[in-house]
Amino acid sequence: MITGRTLAQGAECENKMSPGFFRAVALCHISETDFKSLELTEGRNVLLKNECGQVVLAAKADSGLPENIVFLPMGPWANVLVGRETGGCGTPHFKGVKVEVAATDLPVSDIRELFTNMRR
Amino acid sequence: MSEATIIKDAICSFCGCLCDDIIVEVEGGKVQRARHACPLGSSKIMGHGRIESPMIRKDGELVESSFQEAYDRSAQILLQANKPLMYGWASTSCEAAEKGILLAEEVGAVIDSTATVCHGPSVIGIEEKGLPGATLGQVKNRADTIIFWGCNPAEAHPRHFRRYSSNSIGRFTPQGREGRKIIVVDVRATRTSRNADKFVRIDPGCDYEVISALRMLVAGKGDILPERVGGVLKADLAELAAMLKAARFGALFFGLGLTHSRGRYKNIDNALSLVAELNQHTKFVVLPMRGHYNVGGIGQTLAWSSGYPMSVDFTRGMPYFNPGETAACDLLARKDTDAALIIAADAASNFPRATAEALANIPVIQIDPYENPTTLLSDVVIPCAIAGVEVEGTAYRMDGLALRLRKMVDSSLPSDEEILMGILQSVRKQRQMMANEGA
Repeated sequence: MITGRTLAQGAECENKMSPGFFRAVALCHISETDFKSLELTEGRNVLLKNECGQVVLAAKADSGLPENIVFLPMGPWANVLVGRETGGCGTPHFKGVKVEVAATDLPVSDIRELFTNMRR
Repeated sequence: MSEATIIKDAICSFCGCLCDDIIVEVEGGKVQRARHACPLGSSKIMGHGRIESPMIRKDGELVESSFQEAYDRSAQILLQANKPLMYGWASTSCEAAEKGILLAEEVGAVIDSTATVCHGPSVIGIEEKGLPGATLGQVKNRADTIIFWGCNPAEAHPRHFRRYSSNSIGRFTPQGREGRKIIVVDVRATRTSRNADKFVRIDPGCDYEVISALRMLVAGKGDILPERVGGVLKADLAELAAMLKAARFGALFFGLGLTHSRGRYKNIDNALSLVAELNQHTKFVVLPMRGHYNVGGIGQTLAWSSGYPMSVDFTRGMPYFNPGETAACDLLARKDTDAALIIAADAASNFPRATAEALANIPVIQIDPYENPTTLLSDVVIPCAIAGVEVEGTAYRMDGLALRLRKMVDSSLPSDEEILMGILQSVRKQRQMMANEGA
């Protein structure tokens, strides 16, 4: 998994509680080959998981991606899968994260649901 | 109906490009139009939903308060903490950063910027090797070969191409895009790579190896390279090395593709070495593509105030810097901070989940114009006027050029500077009261 900026993410990044931010960021870009092999269609969701956690996102085919790489717009959904280790330089690994991806019928959590019950 | 006011040459305070040609139309106290701004800048300048009142959490709920009550509660949290963290600063002015540094010194806090989850590794790499940099104006006027490595300005810095780099027309670059060679190195095809003459797709996490191979080719030692490095054929790398050496004025722009992946600051160190070696053959410069508009400015302000550009620990009574120990994510991951002030950043969204969970378990003060997930974790929320739209101030462009942000419209809310001074005055007052009680 790699995470990064997109135009839509940037345009909504100071408006995070809005539906626009949810539409722009709660996404998983997948190569066209992987999209077919996972039997996905536009509108379907994928479950991503690794040792840090799991998150459901809307699947989106992306012709720019090679096989076996997913791209997630940076933000709280992607960060569920990012580890806290910084390699001694203060910066977590936001790119090059190993994840498992599968089609799912589970819904995508909205931003308030993501942070529900996080407070002490 | 009030007459429209036109503000010419306004500066966009969204990304590190700090575009200074925005024409803003103001009518009825509101921005009606921001001409020349990209979708990112336009969204910022035109504005959207705001936090309207200070709030303090009581019995689990955020309840509206006065500003003074919010300052007093914030001061109390900072004074009760053994090692408070003051994090953010990328989307506010250097003047606010100066006040924040003063507050951090007085309460003995660690002050850190969003650079630590962004170009922090670049800062460390530059400390190791130095930066053969240039202004964006020099790139615009002189560069005939430009590499974008691990960055996607078409989406993150939309006007970079036209104003400063590939498509800009300068004094010695009258042909603009047609007169330049544009190279993109990335693990995926992007809108930026579509603008390239040569796109080199590398395997994820192999930037260091590919840069090393280029250094060998530039040094004339390509004969000992394997046939493929980091997923790239040697012949492709040789063609790329030849293009770089043939430049009259080359520029390398790099992004989070280098800082966020395997190698992190060592990738930057290696890229800077490549550029230093290219300067034995031609003129070559290198610049990080800084994200938030003043993430460079907090680095500059911290550096001239404390000697260090980020992750500065004032808890020992003197500035101490050791990223990996004093960076925000490390402090939170180790549970080595017991209160946080988050300003001009959304730590809850932008930190790894486990790190954000650590933030949720300590008292948090938020200073921000907008509600975001950090608000949901906060004990005190203080809304502010927007620097660069409602408050003037100083910001540093991605190339280190200081520019003066203009005020476009009025706000009834205090600036970040005023809020920080309000908290500082309350800290001093509460300290005096404690001293009097002790005496």
